[in-house]
Amino acid sequence: MPDQELVIQRTASMEQRVDAIQAALDARGMKATEAVAELSHLAIEQWVPQNGARVVARAWTDPAFRERLLADGRAAVALLGLSMPKHHRHLVVLENTPNVHNVICCSLCSCTAFTLIGLPPDWYKDLEYRSRVVRESRTVLKEMGLDLPPEVGIRVWDTTADTRYMVLPEQPPKTIGWPEEELAAIVTRDALIGVARL
Amino acid sequence: MDGIHDLGGRQGFGPVRYTRNAPAFHADWEVRANSLYAFAVRLGIFNMDEYRHAIERMEPRHYLAASYYERSLTGLATLCVEKGIVSREELEQRADGRFPLARPSAPGRANAPTRERFEPGDRVRVKSDYVPGHVRMPGYIRGKPGVVVGESPPYPFPDAHAHGLEAQDEPTYDVRFRSEDLWRDAADAALVHVGVFQSYLERDA
Repeated sequence: MPDQELVIQRTASMEQRVDAIQAALDARGMKATEAVAELSHLAIEQWVPQNGARVVARAWTDPAFRERLLADGRAAVALLGLSMPKHHRHLVVLENTPNVHNVICCSLCSCTAFTLIGLPPDWYKDLEYRSRVVRESRTVLKEMGLDLPPEVGIRVWDTTADTRYMVLPEQPPKTIGWPEEELAAIVTRDALIGVARL
Repeated sequence: MDGIHDLGGRQGFGPVRYTRNAPAFHADWEVRANSLYAFAVRLGIFNMDEYRHAIERMEPRHYLAASYYERSLTGLATLCVEKGIVSREELEQRADGRFPLARPSAPGRANAPTRERFEPGDRVRVKSDYVPGHVRMPGYIRGKPGVVVGESPPYPFPDAHAHGLEAQDEPTYDVRFRSEDLWRDAADAALVHVGVFQSYLERDA
């Protein structure tokens, strides 16, 4: 019987674990490294909040588009050449008004309409936001710098199915009449999520 | 499963670590981890429900301590091992160290045999189901009353789809709950909307 081997193995680093799985798939002829290059480009260059910002700017300037967007978000964003993954079968656009503020989250994981809003920011995926925003919405928004007046009602949307949500912020009055590109430039990802107002 | 991932309404967490226009990624490996899981879904190695469930099955201490992209990579690796694409030993050899995976799955379940159609305005109640496998009903709505405000196109039923069972498509309803019905006297006033699969709902008399 061999001497009892004391195997104290450290846990591999994240880089090592990603390398391992990527190499294992490559070794089976799956061309993972090529796919990673392509998908990483999409994630960083194409799926960006500027897409959602264009949608908002169009909705602010084109009442027919706004109506269509609120009725069928997926079809409306396709008019601007914006696509959503197959499994995001439905886009519900949530209109803020002087008395209603919408905010989105995913308490079970971290789902978002990422092709329009961009891959979610770090805090959206953190345990604090996921646990607290459904229950302490006004407090959490205030902690994040959005102190809503008491007369504004809050609607929280928890992304628990494959329906995706995007907030349509209110247009700041001083921007009425601005050209569409300038309007798009003031729309932030955090306003599309609903943790900021413009 | 009533897992550690089901965070909605859990107390004890502190302020959101918020910075304006915070990044989605902090390191190159995070971008690659995200791309690799998307690639595996595209190849049909697993579907989104299997992926979500693999993350939920992580050992709770590992889940809570892991970053988002560590959870994502753990789900991906777990499924690649379970589907027989690569062994854990090979992964650990290639990674030159331990490669923690998620725990095994409990059985899934089929769509509810009888399901009702609802219209906006209908009063509904979430069934008091306790499910050992994957479920997309956050615990905070279990048994709670709400009002249907919208209907979304049919999706495969996740409780079956995450387990390789035959999953019929069924609609999801956007159901509006009042925070005081969810956490009486212990929540900020708000309307909380949840996408609820038809199988989880019954009409509220």
